[in-house]
Amino acid sequence: MVAEEIAQKTVCYHCGDECASDKIVHEEKSFCCNGCKTVFEVLSENDLCDYYSLESTPGVTQKIEKNTLFDFLDNQDVSRQLLEYADQEQERVTLLIPNIHCSSCIWLLEHLSRLEPAIMNSTTNFSQRKLTINYKVGDFSLRKLAELLDRIGYTPVVNLEQADEKGPERTFNKSLLVKLGIAGFCFGNVMLLSFPDYLGISALEQSYQQTFRWLNLLLAIPVVFYSGSEYFVSAFKSLKQRFANIDVPIALGVIVLFLRSVYEVTFDIGPGYFDSLVGLIFFLLIGKWFQNRTYDALSFERDYKSYFPLAIQTKRGEAFSSIAVQEIVKGDEVLIRNGELIPADAILIEDKVYIDYSFVTGESAAVEKAKGQYVFAGGKLSGKQARFIVQKPVSQSYLTSLWNNEAFKKEKEHTRLVDRVSQYFTITIIAISVMAAIFWQVTDPSKTWLVFCSVLIVACPCALALSTPFTTGSILRVLGRNKVYLKNADVVERLQKIDTIVFDKTGTITNASERDLSFEGEGLTLAEKQLVFAAVSSSTHPLSRFVKSYLEGTDSGKYVIESFTEHVGQGIQAVVSGVEVKLGSSRFVDFNDAQTNHSASYVYLKLGGSQRGRFVIRNVYRGGLRGVIQQLKEKFKLAILSGDSDAERQNLAKLFPASTPMHFSQKPDDKLNTIKAMQSAGQSVMMVGDGLNDAGALKQSDVGMAVSEDISNFSPACDAIMHADTFHRLDAIIDLAKRSKHVIYASFFLSLAYNIVGLSIAVAGWLTPLVAAILMPLSSISVVVLTTFFVKILSHKLRL
Amino acid sequence: MSVILVLIITSIVVAVVFLGAFFWAVKSGQYDDTYSPSVRMLFEDKVKKKK
Repeated sequence: MVAEEIAQKTVCYHCGDECASDKIVHEEKSFCCNGCKTVFEVLSENDLCDYYSLESTPGVTQKIEKNTLFDFLDNQDVSRQLLEYADQEQERVTLLIPNIHCSSCIWLLEHLSRLEPAIMNSTTNFSQRKLTINYKVGDFSLRKLAELLDRIGYTPVVNLEQADEKGPERTFNKSLLVKLGIAGFCFGNVMLLSFPDYLGISALEQSYQQTFRWLNLLLAIPVVFYSGSEYFVSAFKSLKQRFANIDVPIALGVIVLFLRSVYEVTFDIGPGYFDSLVGLIFFLLIGKWFQNRTYDALSFERDYKSYFPLAIQTKRGEAFSSIAVQEIVKGDEVLIRNGELIPADAILIEDKVYIDYSFVTGESAAVEKAKGQYVFAGGKLSGKQARFIVQKPVSQSYLTSLWNNEAFKKEKEHTRLVDRVSQYFTITIIAISVMAAIFWQVTDPSKTWLVFCSVLIVACPCALALSTPFTTGSILRVLGRNKVYLKNADVVERLQKIDTIVFDKTGTITNASERDLSFEGEGLTLAEKQLVFAAVSSSTHPLSRFVKSYLEGTDSGKYVIESFTEHVGQGIQAVVSGVEVKLGSSRFVDFNDAQTNHSASYVYLKLGGSQRGRFVIRNVYRGGLRGVIQQLKEKFKLAILSGDSDAERQNLAKLFPASTPMHFSQKPDDKLNTIKAMQSAGQSVMMVGDGLNDAGALKQSDVGMAVSEDISNFSPACDAIMHADTFHRLDAIIDLAKRSKHVIYASFFLSLAYNIVGLSIAVAGWLTPLVAAILMPLSSISVVVLTTFFVKILSHKLRL
Repeated sequence: MSVILVLIITSIVVAVVFLGAFFWAVKSGQYDDTYSPSVRMLFEDKVKKKK
């Protein structure tokens, strides 16, 4: 029996998921579900089966019920917001498709014209998970396009955010690349032209010397005034605020280098320091580029707009039509269909619905709502369609009003370590240069200016400025390998200061999609299990679904449901092949149970009139949670902020140290304020959360980390996104960030040591262009090597 | 003009051409997505089946 089962284990030809016993065989290929088979059929009819030959099982499982509706795209106001180009004959649109993940996807999406002749061409952008499509209008439309993509398993995501801004341009990255290109080009040529001066020019060729120097000057101009312009701007801004950030000594060094060199060349005194100057800017820009590791496919700026639909069916006159959500006002009657999101606080005017608040709370079990109940925005309807009366406009609803909080209006303030160091550095350098100038004024006035300039040149903190970007850049890469994605390099430094870690409960430390189920009572025979399975299969109640998945695999299909009734808030009653099955609350099945615990849900079972026992459904904590807490409690203050009731308090108390503050029944605003209170008490807080209700806390905290089971899925605005698989390494990740501080310190000391050597040479008046040309790159490169090497050792030690 | 100056000017002109090519590549978005083009070039244009 067991051996047979193993032999039968087959994977779906489309998505690669394991096929259950009820697999579908079609054209000698097995499929796990009808959805996958349908996609295969569509593709094979259109001769697109290369899709399966490029990569094996490239599809995305179609098992999860999809019911995305795109009829709102027929609304002119809505489609106009999305289209990039439109005329009488053709239109162009760029759609976000999170499912793009392999080369087969690219192939299929770029051959869409074979599926639909109206599509003229389509181009994917893999790193941004976007598809740009040109199509002829007439028979075809945006809605049909979306439905076509949905049918082949590449459901586009259309939401409020994209309508607001059509794709943020990454101009910053482009201009950095151009600046880097210019600096690199000039650096190479200046080096080449500087060699004759360093190697010594014979008297014969003396006449070329001046030409080379002028060429150098020419090449240095675009580097200083274009590539290096940011440093001047940043230094100026910082000085205006009476603060000397690291760009101040850099800008000072660059100006002095440039002026001194121009002076030397014009008056034919020497070759100038052009190669050091151009090299300095080139290295600094490389540092910037290295640190600027971004994850195009991830977004750290999402707010509720990324979740909310563009339009919703609203009653206007007698009929329902798609109306843009911003235009919905109090009193409107809206129709929400299965899988659609409720965009505003509303009152239900239908009998009974289930609402899935997993976006908001992280809790994946749906909540039951009855007629007349107030429903908060952000939930997804699951089950049949229902009508609601809107109570508040979208922007003022319970959840969305969170974004009116001032925490969302300001950037997190953070003074970088290097800027704090540079405060003292700048003052010291200016003091040394002035003193050296005074000394030489007394002893040998001819050397005064040379020494003054030399000190400022050699003190230019190139190595100092490079140590942080290369350390944090390496850390970002190590963390990226471990499925932790940071928004930018500043987050590494903010992580170093953390002393308190606050956890959300549902979906963060508990596993959102799994439940621990057990049956207590008389054991059930296989036949009885099959009866219960048949009964719960007809129910959409979340608890029924858990029981169903617990009994998965026992299904025989033998039993027929003769009658079925679902009693709201109580349970289900069914007659299956002549046997009465009653499943529900203790009162519903007349079960006198004294041994209940708040931390679990119970479903009582009555079969053919006799009480059989109960199903116990418990939350599942993430794997490795205990270990992580053990590690973290040594070094950090921990806290729990949960939106749920305190039913789990006892279970949590076993995992967390006794002194852990636990806040329950927290509204999104409460979470934000609790974090704020901790911060005013001097704590540096990291928030670990997942749902939209944590968005305020994530934003307010010093480091907001979102935990997600599927990275390409939506997570609220945060500083870091962590894959749930890595959760058990949380301590090592924070440890890495904390220890990287020592790497930065070590490289600071190295670069200061170079500076001391350079300064002594400069003060003595021996700083020739050749010495500068050797010292500057040497210090920069050794700092880069040192930091990357140390980070490697660190990550190896922490097994990251 | 001495030959070395001619050579230097030529070399810089060639380098400027490459720099221009780099700018064009950045501007035309070739650095926006570095993965899909590498895959796209390997796709075969399928010969249509005989009717």
